[in-house]
Amino acid sequence: MSGGAAVGVTISRAPAAQSGRKLMTGSEALARSMIAAGCRFFAGYPMTPFTEVLEHMARLLPASGGVCMNAESEIEAVGMAWGAAATGALAATGSTGQGLSLMQESLAEITLARLPLVVLNMARGQGDYFQATRGGGHGDYRHVVLAPKDAAEAVELVGLAFELTTRWRNPVVVMGDYYLAHTSRTVEIPPPRAPSVPAWALDGSSGGSGAAKLVSFLGSYKQRDDVGYNLADHYRACAAETKAMVAGVTPLAETHHVDDAEVIAVAFGTPARFVLAAVRELRAEGARVGLVRPITLFPFPSAALAAAASGAKVVAVYENNQGQMVDDVRLSLLGAVPVEFIGGLSLDDSGFGIGPELEVGEVRRRIEALLGRGTSGA
Amino acid sequence: MPDARIVPTDRPPAEPARLVDDFTPALIDVGAHHLCPGCGEPVAMRLAMEALAELELVRRAIVVFGIGCYTAFSNNLDVEVLQALHGRAPSVATGVKRMRPDTTVLTIQGDGDMVSEGLQEVLHAAARGEAVTCVMLNNGVFGETGGHMTATTVVGQRTKTSLDGRDPELHGRPILLASLLAQVDGTAYVARGAVNNAGNVARTKKMLLRALDVQQQKVGLSFVEILTMCPTGWFVETESAPQYLDEKLAEVHRPGILKDVLA
Repeated sequence: MSGGAAVGVTISRAPAAQSGRKLMTGSEALARSMIAAGCRFFAGYPMTPFTEVLEHMARLLPASGGVCMNAESEIEAVGMAWGAAATGALAATGSTGQGLSLMQESLAEITLARLPLVVLNMARGQGDYFQATRGGGHGDYRHVVLAPKDAAEAVELVGLAFELTTRWRNPVVVMGDYYLAHTSRTVEIPPPRAPSVPAWALDGSSGGSGAAKLVSFLGSYKQRDDVGYNLADHYRACAAETKAMVAGVTPLAETHHVDDAEVIAVAFGTPARFVLAAVRELRAEGARVGLVRPITLFPFPSAALAAAASGAKVVAVYENNQGQMVDDVRLSLLGAVPVEFIGGLSLDDSGFGIGPELEVGEVRRRIEALLGRGTSGA
Repeated sequence: MPDARIVPTDRPPAEPARLVDDFTPALIDVGAHHLCPGCGEPVAMRLAMEALAELELVRRAIVVFGIGCYTAFSNNLDVEVLQALHGRAPSVATGVKRMRPDTTVLTIQGDGDMVSEGLQEVLHAAARGEAVTCVMLNNGVFGETGGHMTATTVVGQRTKTSLDGRDPELHGRPILLASLLAQVDGTAYVARGAVNNAGNVARTKKMLLRALDVQQQKVGLSFVEILTMCPTGWFVETESAPQYLDEKLAEVHRPGILKDVLA
């Protein structure tokens, strides 16, 4: 993974004493922060734990002058968001991983049409890491993926998502889960922003001018210029934009106790909070353990991770899946430090990713098993 | 041996030959399209552009294109264009219209795009009564892929995927989309035209004008289906395609105005 000079960036926190802080669920925080960021169009199809965000948007967005559509399927939801985005409105959609599978054809082509869009991936567990970070659909494209650990960070990352998608004209994914949607935190919703309408946006007014605008995933050339659609040219141009975006987006990660750590745990999203609690317990008892929490899953904070792990004996990756991010961890370390997968499925009957195995004591035992082991496995 | 059909001449013609460019509407940038000879889609496209111009809607129109042979026009218009995926134009148009209620939104799709791949899109857009105009170019085949069966292919019609003609036992029966949409509460205007002769071209132009006019009243979705010739996809001689349209397609997908709530 390429990227700028990655460092362990801690996102700035608003002072706790400010009066705007309010207790709310992550789903409401996502909705309110999207509206504050200037989002004026939202479309979705109910599916837990995305449903909760859709409900809040249906309630809150019209009062802010926006439109929220309960679409007939995820396919139409992303189509509607596509049309809204083409008018220059800040638009968002989302679903769980299942619904996002239905959206992938459009998400791939929206990227080639160079339209901004924020996509909420409210996953069930963490089995959709590959879907989010590898593009998910057909074609040669990338989406920036941001993974908040709680409602407060979600508010900040939603603001960042709209900034990045506007700047790079490329969809940005905010990855959450059931815990994020349903647990409450005190959060401060930032003041509302009124984004400007970009020059490429369609409003009909350039018709008849001799230079009517075109927004197309097939290219931006007109036949009158004797060129027409040329997919090779267009795909090369999009590849150049993707390369610039990947180099221009600062990878973010949060680190805890890594300086002298013998075992470094790596986890993302809400499960990282369980892992951090286990790490803190072990630290309190004198064990040399630390945590690296990737915040941008793409671009992956490879340099920050490699720097943090340079003195470690083993890196332990926790995910609520069979092991997906662990591939990116291995690619970041390139064999310099052994990597062990200590995660696994934590599910109950619902399949929502809220099973009993994701538990501080259990995570602690898995980390402890690696302490003092020296080097083994990779 | 000289070809007897070629009449030798020693002087230039009295007036220069007319080129397609000479009578192309101003809103179509390049007149010399790359579609097959005898194709009905350029005629339909010309009518749509003329209708926008005559109603003076050009400076607030956004045309949403599907995917088919007619997509050759999506980067060839002096009207704002948003390219959508196959089947998806009505939902994309919904997003446009909801955020820009003052624009005139026109979708262009084929029968494969709208009826095969994306039927639920237009049905739901109609049920919502979206104030957009949807145009469906119906030739009963996937022309761009080379003449394959769609959801509107008529019984008995030969395609590359119904070689002995569409068999109801094997392939089912065609969906008559305009007839279906006329029954949906949210549609305000539903008509089916054709471009296989001068009379049908003139009637279809009036349908497009009416559909766009109805859109301005914001009373529901307006829909115009246009039967278009596809001699290549029908495997018939170019000059016999207009007659084939009358005898095959129009016998099942019957032209006419099916609904006009403002009439």
